[in-house]
Amino acid sequence: MSSVISVSQLSKTYASGFNALKQIDLDIQRGEIFALLGPNGAGKTTLISIICGLVNPSEGTVLANGFDIVKEYRKARSQIGLVPQELTTDAFETVWNTVSFSRGLFGKAASPEHIEKVLKDLALWDKRNNKLITLSGGMKRRVLIAKALSHEPQILFLDEPTAGVDVELRRDMWEVVRKLRESGVTIILTTHYIEEAEEMADRIGVISNGEIILVEEKAALMQQLGRKQLTLQLQEPLETIPGNLNGHDLELAADGHELVYTYDSQQDRTGIPGLLGELNAAGINFKDLRTHQSTLEEIFVSLVRKRP
Amino acid sequence: MNLQAVAAIYRFEMARAKRTLLQSVVSPVISTSLYFVVFGAAIGSRITEVEGVSYGAFIVPGLIMLMLLTQSVSNASFSIFFPRFSGTIYELLSAPVSYFEIVLGYVGAAATKTIVLGLIILVTANLFVPLRIEHPFWMLLFLVLTALTFSLLGFIIGIWADTFEKLQLVPLLVITPLTFLGGSFYSINMLPPIWQTITLFNPVVYLVSGFRWSFYGISDVSVAASLAMILLFLGLCLGVVAWIFKTGYRIKP
Repeated sequence: MSSVISVSQLSKTYASGFNALKQIDLDIQRGEIFALLGPNGAGKTTLISIICGLVNPSEGTVLANGFDIVKEYRKARSQIGLVPQELTTDAFETVWNTVSFSRGLFGKAASPEHIEKVLKDLALWDKRNNKLITLSGGMKRRVLIAKALSHEPQILFLDEPTAGVDVELRRDMWEVVRKLRESGVTIILTTHYIEEAEEMADRIGVISNGEIILVEEKAALMQQLGRKQLTLQLQEPLETIPGNLNGHDLELAADGHELVYTYDSQQDRTGIPGLLGELNAAGINFKDLRTHQSTLEEIFVSLVRKRP
Repeated sequence: MNLQAVAAIYRFEMARAKRTLLQSVVSPVISTSLYFVVFGAAIGSRITEVEGVSYGAFIVPGLIMLMLLTQSVSNASFSIFFPRFSGTIYELLSAPVSYFEIVLGYVGAAATKTIVLGLIILVTANLFVPLRIEHPFWMLLFLVLTALTFSLLGFIIGIWADTFEKLQLVPLLVITPLTFLGGSFYSINMLPPIWQTITLFNPVVYLVSGFRWSFYGISDVSVAASLAMILLFLGLCLGVVAWIFKTGYRIKP
């Protein structure tokens, strides 16, 4: 796949002296959903803001579909739609007018057919004549997406798209994003919700203190860093782990009522049958068991913690 | 040139004016008309002619100028301040629009609104006082140049202001006093000599004088000086706007 966004040696130092981005290199592949994760103040929004033209870069270059975002800003920005983090809307405009305004701003001739399609896709058609001030938060978020899609962009940036949105709407929003990807739009989203990245992204980038510390296929990331744990609820509590079980990665939990076995689920041999046999031989019985896979959140927290 | 974008901004701003017709048209027309009634008809009847023109008619160009300056600044400053305040400016900055096109859209709309207002007030004034326009071309030229220049000034104020209070500061504390002291209601020849000299440092004197000349052929300063002053001010405002966009001052960190 070819790169649709190519960030090279990008740095940003604000007038206050704050170094928000430190020589970032990043390539976003055409047609993928890329999730950018990072704690507050890590540089996610600064990175998006530079690519979209809201903030001036201090050093480095960014190409959008091959166009330099500074020297060829018109062509570069025409490729991009941006859905900002804040619900910023013109309160007294109607949905139809504000989406049509966005299309005009991007230099496209009026197209009521396209606006109608976008509004219908986002379940906003019934609200087209409503003033924005009368809409709920979730609906306003959809309007912002409609505005970003009004000029038929190839690349869509979603900065915290489901912040403050309830679970049901969040799932609707994910569905909308998936449909967009199916239509060929490349999607870059920043999020605090790890489950969002886990649910949707093809690749994940982690940014911390202005540096990209990891870019990986989501599945590969889960494979590489994802641990699985088997928890056995014991019939009788144990004070210590018997010596003959030392060959396994075992821990006691819940005051000795649980035995936790950590293993790599990707290996051909997980060691579970052997462990169960040894437990049986040692006379340790269990009444129930459960397994748990590391979530992206756990992976993410461990990655950020490892940084100095 | 992204003309679609200029048209989108222009239409958006004009639609906003339509939504707020009471505030943007009716209110300035009524308040200016009150000046005609009070100063022109009530008090003016006790004042003899000024340089051969009845007092009521004499103050019309100055009053239109007062409205032009304050309304241009208010319209344009609010139009760019509000997107900054609400955050919707993100869309302008992320669109394939040049700074020139942004200014053209906003300042063009603000200037249009004030020119229309100026013409409405001119027609309204004609109902109260006998008007004559000796140099209609020059009258229109001064009207357009003033609306344009002060809309640019308003745009600059809208970028500079970070509170609603600052937004009102310049129109209320600078422009209105300078206009009142700039010969809107009197000829500067009526002042003591020392004040005549001091008044010449007030740039609004030149605007009012030139505009009044286009009506009645009488002026406090030469027409060339008036034209030079407005062009100088226009150039200054264009320079500041260019600097704002070059540096990203208060728009783009």
